[in-house]
Amino acid sequence: MPSPEGVGTYLQTLLDGLRWTIVTAVCSWMMALGLGTAIGILRTLPSKLSQGLAFGYVELFRNIPLLAQMFLWFFVLPEVVPHALGVWLKQVPDAPFYTAVVCLGFYTSARVAEQVRGGINSLPRGQWMAGTALGLTTPQVYRYVLLPMAFRIILPPLTSEFLSNTKNTSVALTIGLLELTARARAMQEFSFQVFEAFAGATVLYLIINLIVVMLMRMLERRLRVPGYGAGR
Amino acid sequence: MVSNFDFAVIVRSLPYLFYEGMTFTLTLTALATAGGIVLGTLLAMMRLSELFLLPQISAVYVNLMRSLPLVLVIFWFYFLVPYIGQWLTGASRPIQVGAFMSCVVTFTLFEAAYFAEIMRAGFQSIPKGQVAAGYAIGLNYWQVMGWVVLPQAFRNMTPLLLTQTIILFQDTSLVYVLSITDFLGAASRVAQRDGRLVEMYLFAAMIYFVVSFILSSFVRRLQSRIAIVR
Repeated sequence: MPSPEGVGTYLQTLLDGLRWTIVTAVCSWMMALGLGTAIGILRTLPSKLSQGLAFGYVELFRNIPLLAQMFLWFFVLPEVVPHALGVWLKQVPDAPFYTAVVCLGFYTSARVAEQVRGGINSLPRGQWMAGTALGLTTPQVYRYVLLPMAFRIILPPLTSEFLSNTKNTSVALTIGLLELTARARAMQEFSFQVFEAFAGATVLYLIINLIVVMLMRMLERRLRVPGYGAGR
Repeated sequence: MVSNFDFAVIVRSLPYLFYEGMTFTLTLTALATAGGIVLGTLLAMMRLSELFLLPQISAVYVNLMRSLPLVLVIFWFYFLVPYIGQWLTGASRPIQVGAFMSCVVTFTLFEAAYFAEIMRAGFQSIPKGQVAAGYAIGLNYWQVMGWVVLPQAFRNMTPLLLTQTIILFQDTSLVYVLSITDFLGAASRVAQRDGRLVEMYLFAAMIYFVVSFILSSFVRRLQSRIAIVR
């Protein structure tokens, strides 16, 4: 069936939406992983100041609904920055996309930080001590000893964080990002084929989930350290 | 910017924000939490039972719900609930349900999947020997569940259940996509009517933050207390 845009079919419309969903999810995930790891490390350092700052960061982003954060970035930020910057922000092409990436990046980074902290704290203290005894500096202990182990431990929860992040991209439809759910809803409004539109989107979301879960299982097997962690 | 920050608009809209908006948000949160925990517990019991097909049905339901974005599920149910109502009551045409009922059904069914996973972990935290002991003294399945397993499972999982409730409280803001006046929706209406986006959205975010932060601090304290008891 041809789409109202005049080009391609409704399936094409949904697949375009899928592309936006995936691009947004991947970009925001990279940002979340980087920031989240940094914040998670800060929370495990001995310094009370860094712990406090990281705690504040995590609580700030975890205790405000994602939708409210979306509005803050999209509607409020351009108004509170200096006027010229605000005008520029409003004129950026694809503003909903960049806003969604930044918003999801910060939002998910707080969750990633909690996982990273949990992973590092679950390691025996002896690992840190052994690293220090070998003469490694603190960054080296993290780089070569703690983080490689911690990331292997938290791989399963990180997978589900990645999937929630992907699902959360649908919230960006409220600021005008034409991702998968938004396309399904638009299709339903144009064609009144409610069932087909939502079923199509549902199937695509399920496929994303399956692919990600399978890839992560492979990655887990590939990265497993022999003799460490309960055998599955 | 701070100089034109208009506090008056917030003060003026307070009754609307709280009586209309927050009441809706809290009612929806309470009903969906109660319904979600009951349904989720049943789903978890199904998942762990050894009856024909029940574990598979529960697993498919939970995994399906957990794979879909809440926004999509809200749209699905907004369209489906009238037909489900028709099917349940045997009426000749789709039942007209209000947006509120539709939201309650949606959130209950959606959150039940998440509560089910929590309760499953709760059931599995009880040693198998206790169940066996229960059967040995002649209790039946429901008695073992009701008197032995459930009370302990709930106790162990209270922090997680409360955390999920906080998430649910925040998630209710997504009813915005149906143009319903929940707390954020009310703030958004005033914001657009008066052209005061900055004030209203910042204020709404602040209220959500304060409520969630207080609740999650309470959960953290509870968690440390339960950890000692165990």
